[in-house]
Amino acid sequence: MSKLSLIGLGKSFGKTPAVVDVDLTLQEGEFVSLLGPSGCGKTTTLRMIAGFIKPTAGTIEMSGQVMSSPSLVVAPEKRGMSMIFQSYAIWPNMTVGQNVAFGLKLRKLPTTEINKRVDKILDTVQMLHLKERYPAELSGGQQQRVALARAIVIEPAVLLLDEPLSNLDANLREEMRTEIRRLHDEFKITTVYVTHDQAEAMVTSDRIVVMNHGRIEQVDDPVTLYTVPKTRFVAGFIGRTNFLDGRVEGNQIVFPGFTVPADLAPDAKSLPRDASFSVRPQTIAIQRTAPTSTDRIWWVQGKVTERAYLGEYWEYGVRPADSDIRMRVSTPPTDMYQIDESVWLGIDPARSARVPAPGKTV
Amino acid sequence: MSQSVTRTGSLRARSFDPLILLWIALALILIFLVVNPLFRLVQSSLEEVDTGAFTLMNYVTAFSRPRYLTAMWNSIRLGAMVTVLCLIFAVPMAWAISRTDMPGKGLIRVLVLGAFITPPYLGAIGWILLAGPNSGWLNRVFISLTGASEGIFDIYTFNGLAFVIAIYSFPFIFIFTAAALDVVSSEMEDAANVLGAGTLRTTWLITLPMVLPAIMAGAIVTFLEAIALFGTPALIAIPARFNVVTTQLLQFFSTPIRSEVAAAYAVPLLLITVVLFGLQRWMVRRRGFVALTGKGGERRITELGPWRWAMFGYSLFVMSLAVILPYIVLAQAALSKAWGRGFTWANITLKNFEYILFEHETAAQSVVNSFTYAAAAAMIAIVLGLAIAYIVSRKLLPYAGVLSFLAMAPFVIPGIVLAIAFYSAYAPPPFALYGTATILILAFATRFLPIGFANADAAIRSINPEMEEAVRILGGGRLLAIRKVMAPLMKRSLIGAWLLIFIPATRELSSAMFLYGPNTRTMSVMLMDMSEEGNFEHLAALGFLLLAATLVIVGLATALLGRDFMLRRERQ
Repeated sequence: MSKLSLIGLGKSFGKTPAVVDVDLTLQEGEFVSLLGPSGCGKTTTLRMIAGFIKPTAGTIEMSGQVMSSPSLVVAPEKRGMSMIFQSYAIWPNMTVGQNVAFGLKLRKLPTTEINKRVDKILDTVQMLHLKERYPAELSGGQQQRVALARAIVIEPAVLLLDEPLSNLDANLREEMRTEIRRLHDEFKITTVYVTHDQAEAMVTSDRIVVMNHGRIEQVDDPVTLYTVPKTRFVAGFIGRTNFLDGRVEGNQIVFPGFTVPADLAPDAKSLPRDASFSVRPQTIAIQRTAPTSTDRIWWVQGKVTERAYLGEYWEYGVRPADSDIRMRVSTPPTDMYQIDESVWLGIDPARSARVPAPGKTV
Repeated sequence: MSQSVTRTGSLRARSFDPLILLWIALALILIFLVVNPLFRLVQSSLEEVDTGAFTLMNYVTAFSRPRYLTAMWNSIRLGAMVTVLCLIFAVPMAWAISRTDMPGKGLIRVLVLGAFITPPYLGAIGWILLAGPNSGWLNRVFISLTGASEGIFDIYTFNGLAFVIAIYSFPFIFIFTAAALDVVSSEMEDAANVLGAGTLRTTWLITLPMVLPAIMAGAIVTFLEAIALFGTPALIAIPARFNVVTTQLLQFFSTPIRSEVAAAYAVPLLLITVVLFGLQRWMVRRRGFVALTGKGGERRITELGPWRWAMFGYSLFVMSLAVILPYIVLAQAALSKAWGRGFTWANITLKNFEYILFEHETAAQSVVNSFTYAAAAAMIAIVLGLAIAYIVSRKLLPYAGVLSFLAMAPFVIPGIVLAIAFYSAYAPPPFALYGTATILILAFATRFLPIGFANADAAIRSINPEMEEAVRILGGGRLLAIRKVMAPLMKRSLIGAWLLIFIPATRELSSAMFLYGPNTRTMSVMLMDMSEEGNFEHLAALGFLLLAATLVIVGLATALLGRDFMLRRERQ
């Protein structure tokens, strides 16, 4: 059953559009991320879901009931949601326990029940021993856990998270994103998570919504999103990639400096005249010797122009012969090549994705 | 912290730093300005006048007569009542301006600044014209509207006094509260909203508790201002035939002068102030007050709907009591042949200004005095404050903290107590400074030294020491670094600090009242003298000169330093 639906949702501030025509449906218990660069409209979308911002177009429905539309907004306090803020917004005048109990008190639960639930959730987030502390005495990660506990304890219909990890340092961020997913697996709360960090989105989410300039670029599970990006933006934003922009001429595709057989390409039958592909650096094979077999690989000869050692892998820049493009290739740390060395690159068309040509949308 | 001082010529490690001389000089100056007067105050309260022998009789005298005790009790009641009134005036306005979509915020802010820079005694004179029994404008309007035989307002009462003080003291609470509200992130409120609390409940359960320490701190400052105020009680309480501590202190100075009893009587005022300021600091620093905002401390306004006009009406009402009405009647009186004859063309004249500036014996001199003393005092306070702040913030010498403590100490000394302390220390020989310009300037400089120090300290701390170290590593000396880098960087904030001292110094009354001589009257003293003659037209004209000058200076400062330079909270 669909829990939360955004239908043709839009928001303009004055004449500036912030969110344009967003359609999205979340199933009960699903974890969905809104991912995109700053200013892409993801936070505005989240705040519309929360009821802090009134949309200028479209509607938001929860369990079939209209929550927001340009003419009607159900107040945030009437939605039964909860939210985790960038600043955590832990109230400094209340103890950890009081912060967590706040939502339960508003729901007029009996005191014993409140205590029981507060203790249970604090135990779950490993904060029970700090129940009587004030927020000023807590570290960033601990405050984050209090925010999580405060949001989850009321068992909200929908949980909203607004870049909750952006104030933490790198190690803690990795720990907390796993923690967030763990809590989701435990409580199965329908969740919308806003972030600009692709790793966070991929670790936590069932599906990821990639947004750019206020529009949805693609909605998919992490694997599909990475392996079959539908737009150049998605291909470039999620992970590193090479774009190959070519022209179809007969049964060949002509790229700058080299030509390959068209029948190997993905969607080979419906290739437009201008055909572009996204090729991940680690899917490209690299070797010194000329290829022997005519396997289903596009082989290109080139020269190593630059290299960088990143510990977990080597990253090479290779310029195909007679070409001015540069391909990024990554290899295991044991595969060493010298600058100016001649190499063969093997591009596997089956592992690359067709994307719209520059300036086109399809 | 060790700093290796290596200069060309002498490559030895530091054996003698010339800064030690500066430290000693500053310490001596602070002893002269702060320590010795306070010491003499306490000492003279414990001495017999003629013999200098130790005695407790001064305290017995000061606290045995019922009328003296009544005056104390009146001051405490007054402080409490003023504080309550100020809370009612200030908190809703601060909230409306900081957090809501109330219209006319700019106007209300300007008017609050107006109330803040209005000398309280001038406001009191305005209110005498407005609510004097029967002849006051409000009473006349009331009588003509209702046909009653007499008016209902009487400013010459305890309540009237509390009201007039409150209407010029509420900006303290306003500033504290607005500053605290300004740092409460909207996400704090959103978090409560999303968990199910509506606007009212959120304001009550989240927003108010978070700014409560700031409101309390503002309330304490207001209470202390109210009990230390001299001008307004002198204008209203004395004709109303009751005393508060400050008017009682003045009476100890009328013949026969009993300054030793005054000293004994002033000591409790000092102690109350010290204790309450300690309490205030503790509150502001208390755990949990600092709003935890990381990134995303965005602040949005609450939409009040139709209530925003009600809020605007309330703010405008308070501000018309504080600024609009008193200014109108003062202007009318200043431009009238006789203020009672009302708003007619025939009644208008510039004669009052002519009289003040050219005919009156000492009035013109008092204008000159006020501005030169204020300028000199501001200069001294800034230079001293800067030198101390530099030594303190760079931790150049051990015990630098002692200097900063002494520089801040006058903050907790009520002006009237400081004046009596200066009187005790420097009126008698060998100094015999009583009535001289020197003692007035030094007293003003001491009174406002904390403002100079706090601002200079903030200015220096805002500059990364590496700015200065970069000069020195390239071979420039400390003085060169100060001259070429520090001074230009701090120019703006130091001018701001100078104005923050200059403006209140031009209207300073309570310390001037006990130290002036025949040729060293300031405008504030002059106004009090003239009020005894009861010539309100001349009084209003002189008051208007003071106000006009203040407005011009504040206007210049606003253009130079930005709108909020005075309403910003300077200290924690």
